[in-house]
Amino acid sequence: MNSNEIYNLLKSFFPDAVIDYKDDKPVEPYIIVSAKEIDKICLFLRDEENLQFDYLSCLSSVDFDNDNLAAVYNLYSFVHNHKLNIKVIVPKSDPVIKTVSSVWNTANWHEREAYDLMGIIFDEHPDFRRILLPDDWEGYPLRKDYKVQEFYNGMKVPY
Amino acid sequence: MFDYLTSLLGDLNIIAYFIVPVPALLFVSIFTLFAVLAERKISAYMQDRYGPNRTGKGILQTVADMAKLIQKEFISPSHADRWLFELAPFIVFASVFMGYAVIPFATVYVGTDLNLGLFYFFAITSLSVIGILIAGWASHNKYTLIGAMRSAAQIVSYEIPAVLSALTVVMFAGTLSMQSIVVAQSGGIHNWYVFGGPGDVSRILMIPFMAASCLIFFIATLAETNRTPFDIPEGESEIVAGFNLEYSGMKFAFFFFAEYSQMFAVAAVLSTLFLGGWQSPFGNLIPVLNTPLFQIFWFLLKGLLIVYVQMWLRWTLPRLRVDQLMTMCWKYLIPITLIIVLIVGFYLVIR
Amino acid sequence: MAELKTETITLNMGPQHPSTHGVLRLELVLDGEIVLEVKPVIGYLHRCFEKHAEAMTYPQVVPYVDRMDYLASMNNELGYAVAVERLCGVKVPEKVEYIRVIMAELNRIASHLVALGTYGLDAGAFTPFLYCFIDREKILEIFEITCGARLLYNYIWVGGLSHDITPNFKEKVLEFVKVFRPRIKELNDLLSFNKIFIERTANVGVLPPEVAINAGTSGPTLRGSGVNFDLRKNDPYSIYDRFDFKVIVGNGEMGTVGDSWDRYMVRVWEMEESCKIIEQAIEQMPAEGNVQEAVPKRIKPPVGEIYARTETPRGELGFYIISDGTNYPIRVKARGPAFCNLSALPLMSKGCMIADLVVILGSIDIVLGEIDR
Repeated sequence: MNSNEIYNLLKSFFPDAVIDYKDDKPVEPYIIVSAKEIDKICLFLRDEENLQFDYLSCLSSVDFDNDNLAAVYNLYSFVHNHKLNIKVIVPKSDPVIKTVSSVWNTANWHEREAYDLMGIIFDEHPDFRRILLPDDWEGYPLRKDYKVQEFYNGMKVPY
Repeated sequence: MFDYLTSLLGDLNIIAYFIVPVPALLFVSIFTLFAVLAERKISAYMQDRYGPNRTGKGILQTVADMAKLIQKEFISPSHADRWLFELAPFIVFASVFMGYAVIPFATVYVGTDLNLGLFYFFAITSLSVIGILIAGWASHNKYTLIGAMRSAAQIVSYEIPAVLSALTVVMFAGTLSMQSIVVAQSGGIHNWYVFGGPGDVSRILMIPFMAASCLIFFIATLAETNRTPFDIPEGESEIVAGFNLEYSGMKFAFFFFAEYSQMFAVAAVLSTLFLGGWQSPFGNLIPVLNTPLFQIFWFLLKGLLIVYVQMWLRWTLPRLRVDQLMTMCWKYLIPITLIIVLIVGFYLVIR
Repeated sequence: MAELKTETITLNMGPQHPSTHGVLRLELVLDGEIVLEVKPVIGYLHRCFEKHAEAMTYPQVVPYVDRMDYLASMNNELGYAVAVERLCGVKVPEKVEYIRVIMAELNRIASHLVALGTYGLDAGAFTPFLYCFIDREKILEIFEITCGARLLYNYIWVGGLSHDITPNFKEKVLEFVKVFRPRIKELNDLLSFNKIFIERTANVGVLPPEVAINAGTSGPTLRGSGVNFDLRKNDPYSIYDRFDFKVIVGNGEMGTVGDSWDRYMVRVWEMEESCKIIEQAIEQMPAEGNVQEAVPKRIKPPVGEIYARTETPRGELGFYIISDGTNYPIRVKARGPAFCNLSALPLMSKGCMIADLVVILGSIDIVLGEIDR
């Protein structure tokens, strides 16, 4: 199935949660879905007979520098050998997305990384901590407006 | 030698206590220096590289290492049990070195030919496990503790097949005295216990059992010396360095010293029990080869060959896991040695 | 008799430990020798690759990519170059593609050699390590002759290569392949089929295929679980569709499918397949061609985003790149294969022993430079 067909299928099952479909080259086509229902949609994508997206290739966090953050899910199906990109866009003021780590174990660490570096909060994540940076680090470095902290535990940070 | 000296010195026999160990101590020191070098050279040869080749063409490398270790500061961890921590390396080394008291280097040099020599050897060398346990416990470190526990389990278990396989020889020789066991194997290579010992033609039947016994003794002693493939107490890829993790400088050197001394000690006992000790393999064909100097030569040759095999194995084999180690001991080696002991017993009765 | 009271030990394995392959820390909860719980703690080598990349022009990112998986820099560069070229729509000359494939496969062999050698170390065998490094040295010499660097090459550029190959490159590579083939057999004799080694690795750290897929593992870790999936075959990039090679999968020859021995063995046979690819590529490679003719003076991809994935020795390396039409990328996200493979470690090592844990960790072949980025 190509992305357009999948979009139509998703739209029929989740009319409210599936927001938009974008296919303007050279951007790979992607589907925008709501942050509240991403977990249900992903479960559907994984378990539906003719979709079977059993592999989460990558989960990236993006700061568009316009008060919005996004999480991008690159899915792949071993069974049907097709791909799909999903995007979830959340405002910087309230960056909360439902976790998909119960759907794909891969998401566990990727979501922690997205939280650590971009500050997206994944709701109901089983082990929600920073992953790369120390637990008491301030701020989310990959945000475009990130200012590095002056001191970390008494050590001067910018040099 | 002790008996000879005491008879010589009469009332002053206390001096004998100080003189007798000196040759053995000298030997152990020199052996360790060169065994470490040999180990590095042998491993280098096996791995297609040069090995140490700078300090006096490499020959003085271990001497330089020793000098470095002596200069090092005594460091003990802040939470360590100070007294036990200091004591442990010396317990380990002392217990190993005391084993040398009964090892017959030649007719003229054996510390003291106890009539319970073999028994004494096993008893005293297995004391090293106490030292290792103390080291592991006193260091106040989880890795050392795990290492010490592993070591204790391993050494205690492998005592059994070692003693049982030595027992076969004792049954043949009818004595526990090391010197008498060697004397019983005189007359050439065919009289060594690995080939069934002296006796009539029917001993051919015993060759496979005694050879197996010899092999098991080798394996079991290998495990007791904590050498690869049985080096789980210090398996550096798992528990870093095991029980000696926190030691540095001279105290570490003593563990090293003990390990290499023990390597030779068990090799010596193996050659005494199964390979005729200081006996020449040619028997009385060439009488000059039975003079004391040659006896020492044969003894060292056999011992060093076995040490070489120990090193060879170390640089070839991976390490066993702790449960596989125990399985091998309790499920295979001990039943096999028990059966061998039984067969030897029957043979001796029927003969 | 009252129940004997026992306690669990919490052991910090790393960040300085001989067999965590870098600065990884594992928080273990032990019941004696049995590992009850494993918690990998990463980030000790975090160098903000992604933040750096945002401040660099597209070609300037390449050296940073090198430093991610420092054992397979060529493969990383290739992955990044493929991603940017797809985004820009640049077509590189034939000769460049062939050189890239040869380099990537050579580096795959070199990386696998390190993996196998250190795996021997983890299992307690020291000698195979040095045997492997002898061969790796020969590969590094080829790289050194070609681009002057031995570890971090900065060789595969967007749209081309930094240097052309030297005149005797083909002979050198073929000679290496000829010498190397028998060495695989030697390694098998010394380590792979050693009884103790099999005892140590077979049936240890079993990762069932469905769990492996769900946990997002890739590369030899996934194929060891019996999943026939190789991006070079299933989602071909560069010119991999032109070569005839087998995808090696674990078959549980010595134990269960997906155990540590399978993962190890997949790497061993993959080196053989890489040799095949190299030989074919050398044969087909066009003699003439300028390796820098497609390199743009200024790389300004059109507005857009791309997720391109390639097969490195460790698995699927994905680059998610967003461009806003300027010289500088808005976002470069690297999906490191070892990152996902490591996250599957707790699934593999429930109830194993400490010694097993080391073996399992070795069998997924992590490189911390790429996990922490």
